Amino acid sequence: MLKQIEGSRAMAEAIALCRPEVICAYPITPQTHIVEGLGELVKEGALTDCEYINVESEFAALSVAIGASAAGARAYTATASQGLLFMAEAVYNASGLGLPIVMTLGNRAIGAPINIWNDHSDAMSMRDAGWMQLFAETNQEAVDLHIQAFRLAEELSMPVMVCVDGFILTHAMERIDVPDQAQVDAFLPPYDPVQVLDPAEPASIGAMVGPEAFTEVRFLAHYKQTQALRLIQTYARDFRAAFGRESGGLLRPYRADDAEIVVVAMGSVCGTIKDTIDEMRDDGIRIGLVTIVSYRPFPTDELRRAIAGAQDVIVVEKSISPGLGGPLANDVDMALRNMPRAPHLHSAVAGLGGRAITRPSLHRLFRQATVQPWEGTHFLDLNEHIVGREIHTTRKKRRSGPTAENLLRRVAQETHPAAE
Amino acid sequence: MSGHDSTATPFTGSDGKPVMFQIRIHGRGGQGVVTAAEMLSVAGFLEGRHAQAFPSFGSERTGAPVVAFCRMATREIRLREPILEPDCLIVQDATLFKAIDVFAGLRPNGYLLVNTNKTFADLHIEQAAQRLPAGHAVIVPATELALKHVRRPVPNAALLGAFAALTEVVHFDSVKRAIEETFPGKIGAANIAAAEEAFDIVMAQERAIHAA
Repeated sequence: MLKQIEGSRAMAEAIALCRPEVICAYPITPQTHIVEGLGELVKEGALTDCEYINVESEFAALSVAIGASAAGARAYTATASQGLLFMAEAVYNASGLGLPIVMTLGNRAIGAPINIWNDHSDAMSMRDAGWMQLFAETNQEAVDLHIQAFRLAEELSMPVMVCVDGFILTHAMERIDVPDQAQVDAFLPPYDPVQVLDPAEPASIGAMVGPEAFTEVRFLAHYKQTQALRLIQTYARDFRAAFGRESGGLLRPYRADDAEIVVVAMGSVCGTIKDTIDEMRDDGIRIGLVTIVSYRPFPTDELRRAIAGAQDVIVVEKSISPGLGGPLANDVDMALRNMPRAPHLHSAVAGLGGRAITRPSLHRLFRQATVQPWEGTHFLDLNEHIVGREIHTTRKKRRSGPTAENLLRRVAQETHPAAE
Repeated sequence: MSGHDSTATPFTGSDGKPVMFQIRIHGRGGQGVVTAAEMLSVAGFLEGRHAQAFPSFGSERTGAPVVAFCRMATREIRLREPILEPDCLIVQDATLFKAIDVFAGLRPNGYLLVNTNKTFADLHIEQAAQRLPAGHAVIVPATELALKHVRRPVPNAALLGAFAALTEVVHFDSVKRAIEETFPGKIGAANIAAAEEAFDIVMAQERAIHAA
């Protein structure tokens, strides 16, 4: 049913339609509206046979989900930013134990400096934890990915993180088609665990594994993710057949067939990039986009095929691995490895800590990549003036003070020079 | 293209291509700025439009400047940047003109709707208002109307009534339905009464301008 509805609320309704049996959550901006919405649905009786457990921390939230999942319940939780870091040990345990938990991540920057706004640092911090990570481009896709995520997680007995841009999607109110119960029931069968803690048939989960088998456990975890590459595509096709729309899959090309320049990005910024591409196409520039939906497993082969004909590939990402550059660009580079006549790779970091990514800035970036390519990582809309002054000061003066405070003072001086 | 002005609609550009109508709402925490953008998007949705409402994502504190955005279009809205070039500015608190650059990016043929019981001259924004086409800049005492009907200083619903009269981007009936959906019962009825009076005030101003 079409509704004009906040992204978080629509996700809560979709998750409820997946009939989770245990939800444990601790609120953190910008995820809060999702778990509040689920709390309301349980309380008002719209979601039945579900235990909604308020816990004292994110570590407890995921630990309860692990226990519930091991006992055979469909378990769900959600978090963001520092909340994900606080549950980090449990994140690795959930995947290491092979428990099919679904977790929403309302993508947000990680401090310090403290920042509540959107970027992809939190998802990137757990990209090697063994979870599948799916990124939503729109709120419609956020709704649809959750429905696919439960099926995917439970088929493989591996947890899935659905990554949704905080505020930009979670707090946006727009037209979303929220499916009905019969549609979701037909797509998502009841949870049939591959392992379960049952007093009638006692077993233990979570053995200590030494050097004799640890490599093999990890190999199988990697093998499962390669299996997921096929399943993600199958479920996206099933989803399209059942619901009549494109959602999910490994990646999604846009005007990329004849493109000389292909942009690669993840999440909600792909919408703004598409509008920018349409404008550049009107000017005769052959440019396209590949939206990565599945970040883990990473669709290396599919990406290679999608960008094979391009001369330039521009990766735009909301994350930075200090000392390396853009982690997504690094992954894309793997797809280019050993490719004959591989396109030039240009890496750009944008939208950190909630900085708006605008069409004018993207226009400049995309044009610059071919006309005046840069070395290394480009920081979109970097305020070079205050960065330069800060570097200068720290070279001149040993006790130059805290960076964050210094930069804020310089920004204030630029905005109100009279106050200097 | 006939080049006739009357063929232009809020959702069609001068070249006949579909365009978005973008509204930026300025106010202060506690004035229902985000709710206003959301109700506006519901009104657009009820008319079969695509509509997108979103806040400016700050730490929300009572009294702090707040911005919310609403886009409407006849096709899917993919854009996720803040509204940089609004077609309409709704200003819920006239003291903001001194604090921030409210007019930033306002389109030359845009609309301006200000909640105040003063004049544009009193607010020292007469020049900015006069740059817009005749009848595109109006004032409405929305806080007074809210106090009268809702008994609380929440000008948002009244301003949406004024918006419908000013721009005709959405029908007033859709605005009323959106207010009703957001505030069911007595509070909704009171907000609708405030919106109706604001709608009438702006319609009277528009008639006076076109008669002159």
